[in-house]
Amino acid sequence: MKKPETAARRIVLMGNPNVGKSMIFHRLTGVKVIVSNYPGTSIDYTRGYLKLPSDFTSGGRAAFRRDERIEVIDAPGVYSLEPGSPAEEVAVRLARDADLIVNVVDATNLERNLYLTLQLLELKLPMVVALNLWDETGHVGVAIDPECLARGLGSAVVPTVGVTGEGIRALVDSFAEAAPGRPVTEDPEGRWQAIGRIVGRCQTLSHHHHTFLQRLSDLSVQPLSGLLIAGGVLAGAFAVVRGVGEAIIGHLAEPLFENVLAPLFYRVSSLLGPGTLIHSILIGRLIEGEIDFEQSFGLLTTGLFVPLAMVLPYIFSFYLVLSFLEDFGYLPRLAVLLDNLMHRLGLHGYAIIPNLLGLGCSVPAILATRILESRRQRFIAATLISVAVPCAALQAMIFGLVGARGWQYVGVIYLTLFVVWLGLGLILQLTVPGYSPELIIEIPHYRFPPLKPLARKVRMRVAGFLREAVPIILVGVGVINLLYWLELFDRVADLFAPALTAVLGLPRESLVPILVGFLRKDVAVGMLAPLGLSAKQLVVATTVLAMFFPCIATFAVILRELGWKDLLKSIAVMVAAAILVGGALNLIL
Amino acid sequence: MNPAPPLVSLLDMKTGRAGRIVEVRSGRGLARRLETMGLRTGSRCVKISGMPLGGPVVVQLGGTRIALGRGMARKVMVEEAKA
Repeated sequence: MKKPETAARRIVLMGNPNVGKSMIFHRLTGVKVIVSNYPGTSIDYTRGYLKLPSDFTSGGRAAFRRDERIEVIDAPGVYSLEPGSPAEEVAVRLARDADLIVNVVDATNLERNLYLTLQLLELKLPMVVALNLWDETGHVGVAIDPECLARGLGSAVVPTVGVTGEGIRALVDSFAEAAPGRPVTEDPEGRWQAIGRIVGRCQTLSHHHHTFLQRLSDLSVQPLSGLLIAGGVLAGAFAVVRGVGEAIIGHLAEPLFENVLAPLFYRVSSLLGPGTLIHSILIGRLIEGEIDFEQSFGLLTTGLFVPLAMVLPYIFSFYLVLSFLEDFGYLPRLAVLLDNLMHRLGLHGYAIIPNLLGLGCSVPAILATRILESRRQRFIAATLISVAVPCAALQAMIFGLVGARGWQYVGVIYLTLFVVWLGLGLILQLTVPGYSPELIIEIPHYRFPPLKPLARKVRMRVAGFLREAVPIILVGVGVINLLYWLELFDRVADLFAPALTAVLGLPRESLVPILVGFLRKDVAVGMLAPLGLSAKQLVVATTVLAMFFPCIATFAVILRELGWKDLLKSIAVMVAAAILVGGALNLIL
Repeated sequence: MNPAPPLVSLLDMKTGRAGRIVEVRSGRGLARRLETMGLRTGSRCVKISGMPLGGPVVVQLGGTRIALGRGMARKVMVEEAKA
């Protein structure tokens, strides 16, 4: 297909899953993308632009010019061009439309990777090969002669190290030499033999002692040692998330609000005069004449304190730990260990990854359910995540408010949600039609994550919270204050209050926070603070809030990913489960 | 005494044993998928682990480790190397 003259020409990055395409993409375009050490991190394609250097030598079949602005596409990882999953179909379509294909190959795993390379050559498009993870070949006892490989494939081959940027300039320069692909063999059945010949000539294997990481890798997928390691990793992760979060709150966030911002807000307060509309929106209620950051509920007070001093520290510490585990390569091991359990929930082991992402935020978690093959699995996973996996913002508020009453209450909430997660999964497995296929995944090597990409990823995720959540929180607090001022909530509360009190044992004022949960769960839990609830009521209200309804962002992403019908089914499950469990907690506690 | 070495599935193979895949007893779709991941007739493999209670099997193929469900592992037949 000929594209219009004006459109930028296009490079498509193709390769097996988890070979580092996204890192190469970032190096070429400067576009920041989430990169992890497990197959399927990029479930969709990303596009960016590369401006060729001014000393780029034109030439080759793609005939790019110096200073030319070229579109670069990071395609989802595929093992072959035979269309199988939706992700593969996307990748194949992208490949056919390319002006130049950059085939990213894992140098530590040449033979397997070359299968796709041979298929790409059969497309007869200009192509170069990036021999990525070049720095790791030594560790695994592999030595490859890139020139030999280039002769064998009839295509330029450039060793690269995506994480350090080594070889990226040479890769760009090689675009000038990109020759149209020539099939290495005409016979599809002969591809593996052809690969065997090329690999036999160009790669030498040396015996190498198992490194510490390889031994650890083996131990973490063995039944007994694996479970011990998993227990240690999860306990350690929790301890670090909590420790770092509390340290930031105690030493940085709270002192900032108490010592620096509070005096400022008192001046604003006396300037505006308590009792005026603008005062109750900006500062909120004064508690015994004082600003209480947790309870005053003004835009400047609680509106800033909740996202910045209560939630943000935990968002940071959670994503620090999660990003480390992702980049280290631990998560696929967890998938192997928990595969058996996840099958009972109608899923398979890999579904643990979206569920863990859900402990951060449901939106990327539900997007990540695309790594699951069947629609049934995606529905079950999305429902479990929105009902029983509390996001980091919600958890931060649970730590802050419920933790202040005693950590045993926090424990009750977590235990309840975990039981709901298991129980609901068992029920969905029995009742949702469709099929759930078996696990088949590649387990990546362990890698000590280089710090810069890790820091960039944490920064991106924290920035995402600031950009997307904080405005909603501020608008939410403002609107809530306005509605309170207009006394509109009272009428709604009167309507549902009897049921709320009878079933959940909660006072009528707690209805509003539960409704606000649709907007943001953290704000909603924050609204429970001034109500003077007993510890038991707080546990019931928080649990119901966590389960009752997805927040608006989650609502939108389920709608987009699964459609109206599944969204409504999912919400019906949530509401029913929340009322049942909330009622049960009210009776038991 | 035993002229033809007995075949064993990846599922029944003992952890730590090595061998060569001689047959994938499945439909074309699955066989293709396994093949593109490197699990194909002729590949040398080492069984890294098998999880109990219906859990998956982990197998090393060249530089790759693949975890596959037991239903799939049952269909991959291996000729074990002599211990």
